Amino acid sequence: MQEETSGTIKKFMFVNRRAPYGTVYALEALEVALISAAFDQDISMVFLDDGVYELVKGQQTKAIDVKNFSPAYRALEGYDIEKLYVDADSLAARGLTEDNLLVPAQVLSAAQMAELMDQQDVVIGF
Amino acid sequence: MKLGILVNEGPYTHQASDTAYQFAMAALAKGHQIYRVFFYHDGVNNATRLTEPPQDDRHIVNRWSKLAEEHGIDLVVCVAAALRRGIKDEILAKGFRISGLGQLVETGIQADRLVVFGD
Repeated sequence: MQEETSGTIKKFMFVNRRAPYGTVYALEALEVALISAAFDQDISMVFLDDGVYELVKGQQTKAIDVKNFSPAYRALEGYDIEKLYVDADSLAARGLTEDNLLVPAQVLSAAQMAELMDQQDVVIGF
Repeated sequence: MKLGILVNEGPYTHQASDTAYQFAMAALAKGHQIYRVFFYHDGVNNATRLTEPPQDDRHIVNRWSKLAEEHGIDLVVCVAAALRRGIKDEILAKGFRISGLGQLVETGIQADRLVVFGD
């Protein structure tokens, strides 16, 4: 899908801060990221606080009767969304490591994350 | 400056819609331009003309409609979020229109700043 972009490419960052289920926000962030990709924008997705749970392997949602959408994170690459960043402190605080993640992501310190955010044109939190 | 506004919360429960409106008014008063206001998540509940607050309270929906009318501002409601919440064309307040998330992305591209209101 291609959309009219008038040639402008901006840096969009979507900041995921919530657990994948319990609220709709994680799913909505995926929607907006995919639509931004259709506009050929430069997209980053950040996972911090409980948002790191969105990328954890082995999600099972049958008992809450909600679709497990976690495979979608692996499909992002196919839409040229390859910049995934995870906050190191958020992982550590939850007893998680990079090995627990279902997709390759760059683990950043809070200072590195702040620097990255500072470089963006549009930041939308979910 | 050309500003985009994103409203993520419904009226009355949360301050976000009030603050977004007040921000828009203040920005216009300073001579800035509002490219678009996009209503997303529970923010779509700002768009229904069925809203009836008590007499002595502010009418958040009508306030947005008036802003749109007086300043020609585009008020766009996310279609997927709206339909999930029963917000359809036939109950839209004046000045609002329903469209896709592409309109939010386009706001991010066209505006100098996208200012987000709500959690």
